[in-house]
Amino acid sequence: MKHHLISRLALAAAVLLLTCGAAAAEKVKAVASFSILGDMVREVGGDRVEVATLVGPNGDAHVFSPTPADAKALASAAVFFVNGLGFEGWIDRLEKAADFKGKVVVASEGVKPLTMTEEEGGAPETVTDPHAWQDLANGKIYVANIRDGLIAADPEGKSAYEANAAKYLASIEAEEGAVRAALGALPEARRKIITSHDAFGYFGKAYGLEIVASQGVSTESEASAQDVAKIIRQIRQQKIPAVFIENITDHRLLDQIARETGAKIGGALYSDALSEPGGPAPTYLDMFRHNVGAIATALSS
Amino acid sequence: MIDAVVAPFVEFSFMRRALAGCLALSLGAPPIGVFLMLRRMSLMGDALSHAVLPGAAIGYLLFGLSLPAMSFGGFFAGLAVALAAGLVARATALREDASLAGFYLVSLALGVLIVSIRGSNIDLLHVLFGTVLALDDAALILVAAIATISLTVLAVIYRPLVLECFDPQFLRAASGWSSPTHLIFLVLVVLNLVAGFQALGTLMAVGIMLLPAVTARFWAEDMSGLIVVAIASAFAASAAGLLLSFYANVPTGPAIILLCGAFYLVSMLLGPRGGLIWSLVPRRHLEA
Repeated sequence: MKHHLISRLALAAAVLLLTCGAAAAEKVKAVASFSILGDMVREVGGDRVEVATLVGPNGDAHVFSPTPADAKALASAAVFFVNGLGFEGWIDRLEKAADFKGKVVVASEGVKPLTMTEEEGGAPETVTDPHAWQDLANGKIYVANIRDGLIAADPEGKSAYEANAAKYLASIEAEEGAVRAALGALPEARRKIITSHDAFGYFGKAYGLEIVASQGVSTESEASAQDVAKIIRQIRQQKIPAVFIENITDHRLLDQIARETGAKIGGALYSDALSEPGGPAPTYLDMFRHNVGAIATALSS
Repeated sequence: MIDAVVAPFVEFSFMRRALAGCLALSLGAPPIGVFLMLRRMSLMGDALSHAVLPGAAIGYLLFGLSLPAMSFGGFFAGLAVALAAGLVARATALREDASLAGFYLVSLALGVLIVSIRGSNIDLLHVLFGTVLALDDAALILVAAIATISLTVLAVIYRPLVLECFDPQFLRAASGWSSPTHLIFLVLVVLNLVAGFQALGTLMAVGIMLLPAVTARFWAEDMSGLIVVAIASAFAASAAGLLLSFYANVPTGPAIILLCGAFYLVSMLLGPRGGLIWSLVPRRHLEA
């Protein structure tokens, strides 16, 4: 008799849980490969979509290695947004491991790819530059792809996604104008920065900024005198007004370079990942505002 | 040839600064190393350099990469460990080396713990492997001031210190200078480690203190000879290390210490005072 009661209770509880689960599951589950894409999907999806990001804020998508939890998140997702252009080298393995059956949306589809030269341990190699989102015009293509992907996965939400996307596209366009205004105000001769991270090819091309890759210091290991000498020579010869070298984390060394060349040291630029919510670049558009602000401050004389 | 040696220093001020810093470091640290070696405390320098870590780490966490904060922190942490070890050695049955080992391991663990609480271990790795290429004015002044203090104080306590090296019992019996001398000497050791970690990082700071001292051991016998050879070899290794780093594209700190090590190995083989090669040459018997 007692057993009977318990099993009835259990059954009731199970039914209750199932209905609750069904109510929560009405949100479309989407997974985005990295934080910038995740932010875009959140903007377009609005309330209807629950977004998980695999590579979180401040994470490095180049060297990311997925965990079982990531595979689990992906397995239950309806739609998976990736950047493409070779950015996420780990994606195929993860899809297989997670047994992902949903729809994969390549956000960069339709973008005109640039190439970049990679010099990792040996001969320079020309590869596709995946950092297409650094051009806001490409960002608009991303948004359109995300909108279409979400509509395909959840046709009922079509009007909501279209409205969100239109609103988002308008603010991207406004930001585009602001970026051009801020960087266009700089004198022609000063539109030149040196960066260590080769993530700003699209940015430089779109907004008329010459991006010089730093020679020497290529790793986070200790710098040699030759590395430092090379950068100093480069800055002097090419008369580069500002330096954004992220992988010299030792600011004492940067200060030394600045003292010796007279170049200004810019702050950190966000390229592949957003900052934490409270940080300087918590969203895609904030990232642009932050980067453009930092570059404009460093380049205005 | 001369041009290749001089040109980098003419073209780049960071090379000149590095050279000046190394000169100051080479004046201060090797004499301390000579005394450490003669007192059979060579490994103590290494232990103390690890003891500096938690102080530097606390300074770093509270004030960021601030030179005074990290230097003071490191100085007091190193001194506290050295004093605690000395006190325990005098008050209990434990020998000084053993009690020092105990304290410095605790101190090191504490340092690592403090660093990982804040989670940014990358920055602190740069502290551990400080860079001689980034010496700014403040750091140069600090290193030079420490070298000056170190040499002056060493001159003042020279006699009791030499006595303590060769005949500590006599010093203890003949005067009350034994304990103060020991204490002042410990302060000098820690001070020079702090100077070294500005330029070379804590792990390397001991290198420029001890390797020139053991090198000198194969070339000179009396105290002043040892000190002069140690300073000269430290400075030669620093200058050559900087040039090696410039032309061969290798990290500067390790290049300097490895050259100190190379000098040591060559001296061990060829040095006129007990070099290995001389023991292979059969000595002529004295005949009446």
